[in-house]
Amino acid sequence: MNKTLFLGALTVASIAAAASSAATLDDVKARGKLNCGVTTGLPGFAAPDANGVWEGFDVAFCRAVAAAIFGDPTAVEFVPTTGETRFTALQSGEIDMLARNTTWTFSRDTDLKFDFTGVNYYDGQGFMVPKSLGVSSAKDLDGATVCIQTGTTTELNLADFFRSNNISYQPVPIQTNAEAQQQYLAGACDVYTTDASGLAATRATFEAPADHIILPEIISKEPLGPLVRHGDNAWGDIVMWTQNALVSAEELGITSANVEEMASAPTNNPEINRILGTEGDLGAMMGLSKDWGKNAILAGGNYGEIFEKNIGENTPIGLARGLNALWTEGGLQYSPPFR
Amino acid sequence: MTISIDPPKQSFRLSQLIYDTRYRSITIQVVTLCLVALGIIWLGYNASVNLTALGLEPNFSFLWNRAGYDINQTLIPYNNSDTHARAALIGILNTLLVAGLGCVTATLIGVIAGVLRLSKNWVVAKLMTVYVEGFRNVPLLLWIILIYAVMTEGTPSPRDFREGGTASMWLDSTVAVTNRGLYIPAPVWGPNSGFVVAVFILSIIGALFYRRYARKVLFDTGRLLPMVWPALLIAIIPAVLVFFILGRPIGLSYPELGGFNFAGGLQISNPLIALWVALSLYTGAFIAEIVRAGILAVSKGQSEAAFALGLRPNRTMSLVILPQAMRVIIPPLISQYLNLTKNSSLAIAVGYADVRATLGGITLNQTGRALECMLLIGLFYLAISLLISGVMNIYNNSMKLKER
Repeated sequence: MNKTLFLGALTVASIAAAASSAATLDDVKARGKLNCGVTTGLPGFAAPDANGVWEGFDVAFCRAVAAAIFGDPTAVEFVPTTGETRFTALQSGEIDMLARNTTWTFSRDTDLKFDFTGVNYYDGQGFMVPKSLGVSSAKDLDGATVCIQTGTTTELNLADFFRSNNISYQPVPIQTNAEAQQQYLAGACDVYTTDASGLAATRATFEAPADHIILPEIISKEPLGPLVRHGDNAWGDIVMWTQNALVSAEELGITSANVEEMASAPTNNPEINRILGTEGDLGAMMGLSKDWGKNAILAGGNYGEIFEKNIGENTPIGLARGLNALWTEGGLQYSPPFR
Repeated sequence: MTISIDPPKQSFRLSQLIYDTRYRSITIQVVTLCLVALGIIWLGYNASVNLTALGLEPNFSFLWNRAGYDINQTLIPYNNSDTHARAALIGILNTLLVAGLGCVTATLIGVIAGVLRLSKNWVVAKLMTVYVEGFRNVPLLLWIILIYAVMTEGTPSPRDFREGGTASMWLDSTVAVTNRGLYIPAPVWGPNSGFVVAVFILSIIGALFYRRYARKVLFDTGRLLPMVWPALLIAIIPAVLVFFILGRPIGLSYPELGGFNFAGGLQISNPLIALWVALSLYTGAFIAEIVRAGILAVSKGQSEAAFALGLRPNRTMSLVILPQAMRVIIPPLISQYLNLTKNSSLAIAVGYADVRATLGGITLNQTGRALECMLLIGLFYLAISLLISGVMNIYNNSMKLKER
């Protein structure tokens, strides 16, 4: 018994010991694949399809980073994490980056020692109620029972919202989105609250989505984005600039369809040339190959393509671009220049 | 040890540590101890080096920050402006509540099922076998979720209680069974209500004295005084009298449908009921087996002797068999209580706010202090387990066979 315990402890210790390492890029290259933390399953953002292949909005960012490094969008090991395990998984080095609807907050950035590499989805917390309840505003929810997915910023926003409006509620903490959905549909709670994008994604999987409405109030700012461990800035740069490349690609009209053609010879636009590696060598500055940008865009298309394919208006999720349109179209998606 | 009697003929050699049976076991123990100690030291050192490298030194000051989240079942006042420490305390109380309730009902269920399993009635015995095997052999988490799912899917939601709805309240509109919980009338403590409670407590003590007196009479004279009814009367009548004399200071508030939920009354939430029922039935199945083993451990001659003396089966069980069986039952019963308490940490599966869900769930997430939170929870469970086994050991010592 003692021996088994000891051996077990040893194993744990050796995993922990492997955690501290300096250059994440070298580790990833040596391993031959990227370990990317995603949700345990949220349709549209990250969920395995019928063949067990992960797909979704967050997944596409993991694939773009993998493609930028290896030129191969499939060189990713997806690690499903819950709201509770995600930060420990990243801190301990079990995953190299986390792309899991994670809200960028001050304390996560500073106290927990993470670096957010940008915002890939501007979200906000909303409420979903059955139409039959006859509620049209979140301020009418006095006394309601609210299902919350525990381990997220939503709990705090919810408490603040009800407190500032002087109304009461009864929280029902639930661990995963799937359980919350079951409880909500069974009527164990009147309201389900989470990020508006998550609500739309969840509603899309209902038998009768039209029987449920998402209330107009958005009660918080939820800038969602990928994050990496603090302290390895070179690695953080790679994730950040891959993301920026996807946004710039949309702005400059580079798509998965025409990227090969544009990359085959220098175009008239120097910025396109720099991103695609036909002019200068931006990749080398980050320790990547010359064609990193081309590979990243080829993986799943530019930002707009990724959005439309996974969560856009023509998908069951049906989210409008809204704040996530390019800055040139009235949205907030904006990439610093490539030069 | 013969060392002290015949003087050693040869000096001590190092190889004796391995080849001499007198020393070998000590050598093995010392080596193991050293290895384990080294392992623990290395683990601790490793953890602290890694955490320091990440800039995350253990720090418990987060406990005094504002928690900012709400909890659905609070035994003592709490709101989202209180500290994480208080949220943890709420969780601890909720854990203790469900563990305490669970231990009591599990024991009752276990004792009854264990005795009935030995029944001569074939149907009863087989039914109990099905219960015991069914609960013992399926993971507890499944039972908790199953019971909870049945309760939420099988009961009406509060909005069905509205005018023209499909559901109605029970017992003269005082009890509502909904998929969010059981709503029952709650006592309202008026002025002078403390007096009634005090009288009630005193009369219970009085009833205990009567019981003692009846036993004394039985042992001294052999006369059997009635036990149950007089004790019950002594316990209840004075309190009822005082209650009416003082003008009914304790009232009841009834649950009423208002807005989305029932308001007023006492809500016993579904998560609590599901967890309580599942823990009781699951642990009860194990206790039933312990009780059965304890009863079977009492030699058959004891019950035969009791029958020969003319004791009826009920009295044989309660006066002869169970007191002797208790000595076999109590030690394994302690570990079942510990199991139940620790198993209550599965509460989060149904959204019950125990200490694992507050301190180890929401607080851990909001602050990101995983190591500290887990350490505190570990210490809590360790302390509560040691406390339970301490108390039960005292009880065990009082029940133990006293050799004179």
